[in-house]
Amino acid sequence: MEEKKPIILTKNLTKVYDTGAVPVKAVNSVSLEVFKGEFTALVGPSGSGKTTLLNLIGGLDHPTSGQVLVNQVDISKMKKSALIDFRLQNIGFVFQAYNLIPVLTAKENIEFVMLLQKRSKGEREQRVRELLNEVDLLDKMNDRPAQLSGGQQQRVAVARALASKPAFILADEPTANLDSKTAGNLLDLMARLNHEENITFIFSTHDQRVIDRAHRIITLVDGAVAEDQLVAQPVDHS
Amino acid sequence: MLIHLAWKNIWRNKARSLVVAGSVMVGLWVGAFTMAYVFGMIDQRLKDAVENEVSHLQFHHPQFEDDNEARYYIAEGPDVLESLREDPRFKAVSARAVTFGMAGSAQTSTGGKFVGMDPSSEDQLTGLKGKLTQGEYFQSDSRNKVIISERLAEKLKVKLRSKIVLTFQDTTGNIVAGAFRIIGLYQTYNSGYDDIHIFLKAQDLWGLLGTAGQYQEIAALLHDPQQLESMMEEMPPQYPQVKIESWKEIAPELGLMVDSFDQYMVIFLIIILLALSFGIINTMLMAVLERVREIGMLMAIGMNRIRIFFMIALETIYLVLIASPVGLLLAYLTITHLGEVGMDLSGLYQEGYAAYGFKSFIYPKLETIYYWRILVMVAVTAVLASIYPALTAIRLNPVSAIRKI
Ligand SMILES: Nc1ncnc2c1ncn2[C@@H]1O[C@H](COP(=O)(O)OP(=O)(O)OP(=O)(O)O)[C@@H](O)[C@H]1O
Ligand SMILES: [Mg+2]
Repeated sequence: MEEKKPIILTKNLTKVYDTGAVPVKAVNSVSLEVFKGEFTALVGPSGSGKTTLLNLIGGLDHPTSGQVLVNQVDISKMKKSALIDFRLQNIGFVFQAYNLIPVLTAKENIEFVMLLQKRSKGEREQRVRELLNEVDLLDKMNDRPAQLSGGQQQRVAVARALASKPAFILADEPTANLDSKTAGNLLDLMARLNHEENITFIFSTHDQRVIDRAHRIITLVDGAVAEDQLVAQPVDHS
Repeated sequence: MLIHLAWKNIWRNKARSLVVAGSVMVGLWVGAFTMAYVFGMIDQRLKDAVENEVSHLQFHHPQFEDDNEARYYIAEGPDVLESLREDPRFKAVSARAVTFGMAGSAQTSTGGKFVGMDPSSEDQLTGLKGKLTQGEYFQSDSRNKVIISERLAEKLKVKLRSKIVLTFQDTTGNIVAGAFRIIGLYQTYNSGYDDIHIFLKAQDLWGLLGTAGQYQEIAALLHDPQQLESMMEEMPPQYPQVKIESWKEIAPELGLMVDSFDQYMVIFLIIILLALSFGIINTMLMAVLERVREIGMLMAIGMNRIRIFFMIALETIYLVLIASPVGLLLAYLTITHLGEVGMDLSGLYQEGYAAYGFKSFIYPKLETIYYWRILVMVAVTAVLASIYPALTAIRLNPVSAIRKI
């Protein structure tokens, strides 16, 4: 059997915050492999290092030691400006809030990353329509974020994250600001994208109902992996 | 894309953007108008000085100006006068017998320049008759009459129809004196001029000087001031015995005034723009700091620093550049309107201005080139003012920016 290569590989990943009186090991020697098509939840108590780990994997922050490899590319020592470009081409982000540019419409927000990627107009138009359809917001495409509900905004954020055709999508507590029904809808959408289009998701959450949807659950305690549970096999598209 | 985004961003906080744009607009309006006002004032002063005082060209004996003695009259003066009068390029020519001396009343006396002239030529050249405030102009049969200024009359404590005595040297060096009756009082806008100029008929002065038919000064106005330069080159060989000077040489302070005001205006404008740029920087800095999370998010999803920099810079430049044409248009309309009807400041500062020879009626004017210059300076200011806020934006760190939730 041919060995699959992980799209994310971390080796002894460590982040120490030295800003306070005592240095804080927010992420402590984390070694992980994430494969294409996974639907992974990152859980753990508040302050356990979920956000920090996602930021390191997403190239938003530099590790104190250890490595992050995305599709075999070591991003842990990349320069800031190179990292911005790397993120643009390879990683999709969905944050808890403030995902969207308030002055642009839903459609323009999704198109924005493709403009940054210098995609052609034809390609952009087509993909924006596809994505709006996918997240069921075609009728809201000309609304600005303030005119959308929290759940709709997060769906636009997911569409925006998908627009750049990233290797995977990182979502830090994407449902934290949503009521449970809306949160459930967003999870449905993410699960469907994962299932039908083999999109890799890693999301952090506190919400048990969200955790229940995951195929893999990584539990962090004090910055270290305390448990790594495979609940279901990722869908095999090959 | 950046253009679109930046444009939308400046309308996020309409009130704030409008305050900044408004202050730029008012700043430019006031700035351009003040320039126009000053230039109008200078222009008026120049025109006044040339048309009422120095004329475009003056002819003298080469030594007259240094020594101011009546014996240095223009050789073949009447012939020079004749040929100038025949030259169609001249609008008016007046020949003067001139000497310097003391003017005395019963109470006091003061120095003066005595101008003996032909009343009708002089009136054509300097419009003296029109400047009379009291009394009348010289008649063909009047003898031993003078016209002095209101100011001088006050100084000498004399009135219309009083007598004054003019004392001076004749061409042979003897002191001579004559009594003259004041038949008119005049007033110009230049009190310095008013203080010394005393007008009388040439014949009356010739009688005392002993230089019948000779002129110490010929002054001339051109139809077209543009011809002055070429005439200054062409004329001297024709009149080798005379020293020909243009108004710029006779009254160098006038040319200097134009130059120095040009510089003052640039400094003035820089001060206005400096003040405006502090407001702009402050506002844009606020706009950046308010959007820390959003800028962090933009960096996170892949908007690079160059693009962020240009987005913020463009926002700054937009704010300034939408305001500038409006401010300049308002200035243009104000200047054009007031340039036609004029601004009457007589109530306000007449005294102060008159001391410097400025009229209290001003026609603001600003040449097109200055509007462009202002626009260029504003554009430069906008670009410079945009740098600091834009740099602040790109110094943000996406992680800490996003964590601020
Ligand atoms: N910029 C920072 N400077 C100093 N310490 C930090 C910084 N960011 C995070 N930490 C610390 O690192 C640890 C991990 O923080 P992190 O935000 O990753 O936890 P989390 O699991 O995401 O928590 P939550 O569930 O509350 O979001 C915490 O102890 C936190 O105080
Ligand atoms: Mg967190």
